[in-house]
Amino acid sequence: MSVSLMATTREVGQIKLVDLSGRIALGEGSALLRKTIRDLLENGETRIILNLGDVNYIDSSGIGELVSGFTAVRNREGELKLLNLTRKVKDLLQITKLFTVFDVYTDETEAVNSFK
Amino acid sequence: MASDTKHLEVVLDTHVESVNLAEEMCIRVAEASGFGEDECYRIGMAVREGVINAFHYGNQEKPEKKIHLAIDLNHEKMIIHVMDEGKGFKLADVPDPLAEENLLSTSGRGIFLMRTFMDEFDVVSGRTGGAEIIMMKKLPPPTPPAGNGSNPASRSDAAPHREA
Repeated sequence: MSVSLMATTREVGQIKLVDLSGRIALGEGSALLRKTIRDLLENGETRIILNLGDVNYIDSSGIGELVSGFTAVRNREGELKLLNLTRKVKDLLQITKLFTVFDVYTDETEAVNSFK
Repeated sequence: MASDTKHLEVVLDTHVESVNLAEEMCIRVAEASGFGEDECYRIGMAVREGVINAFHYGNQEKPEKKIHLAIDLNHEKMIIHVMDEGKGFKLADVPDPLAEENLLSTSGRGIFLMRTFMDEFDVVSGRTGGAEIIMMKKLPPPTPPAGNGSNPASRSDAAPHREA
């Protein structure tokens, strides 16, 4: 449980795709996600995909961070999309009614091509 | 308290690490009590959210305050108490995170998650002066003894499986 979150950013065309693995939870996990999105925005990147395929746990703090990132990107007229939700994360977004707020994909190419 | 009830109580520092510690501890108790992996996850998440609530809202992250975690366990249910040393709060004052106007709020989902993941949930005035969150989960039915009509396939199905 001590390993929180790892984030690796790669470029796919004009898109920044962040591969996340671990837990997005109160403490280091949430803080790293916040910093990752903030750094991308500061560099003018507003087309972002978060690949959550290896994220097996999110708590309310992590949900808050996802929402915060989503609105921060949208406020800069960009888009933040989610890719590859694990079952637990998908369930959590469904019960909090956020599944329909986020643009969610199961295929990377489809997620990349979805940007206008 | 009934004589067959086991009671465990710990006092935690108001620190982020206490959130992980409380979650781990309750998951261990839940596993030992026969809960399956999904239920252990839900119990762990509920405890985590309860302690986050005590850490952040109750004790306002003040290190001189403590978080009191207690578990009562009997043959029917697991009851978890999380007490803080804050000013307390009323459930009726907590905004609904599913309301349209709150969907994009960056906080306020902890109480909802505890309610969703546990069988019973309440908040009362605690003996520590702050809020006391009380949440209960019914224990799963006991597994029939081996060799009592059960077949290997059903035993295999009962084995916990890991998932992403």
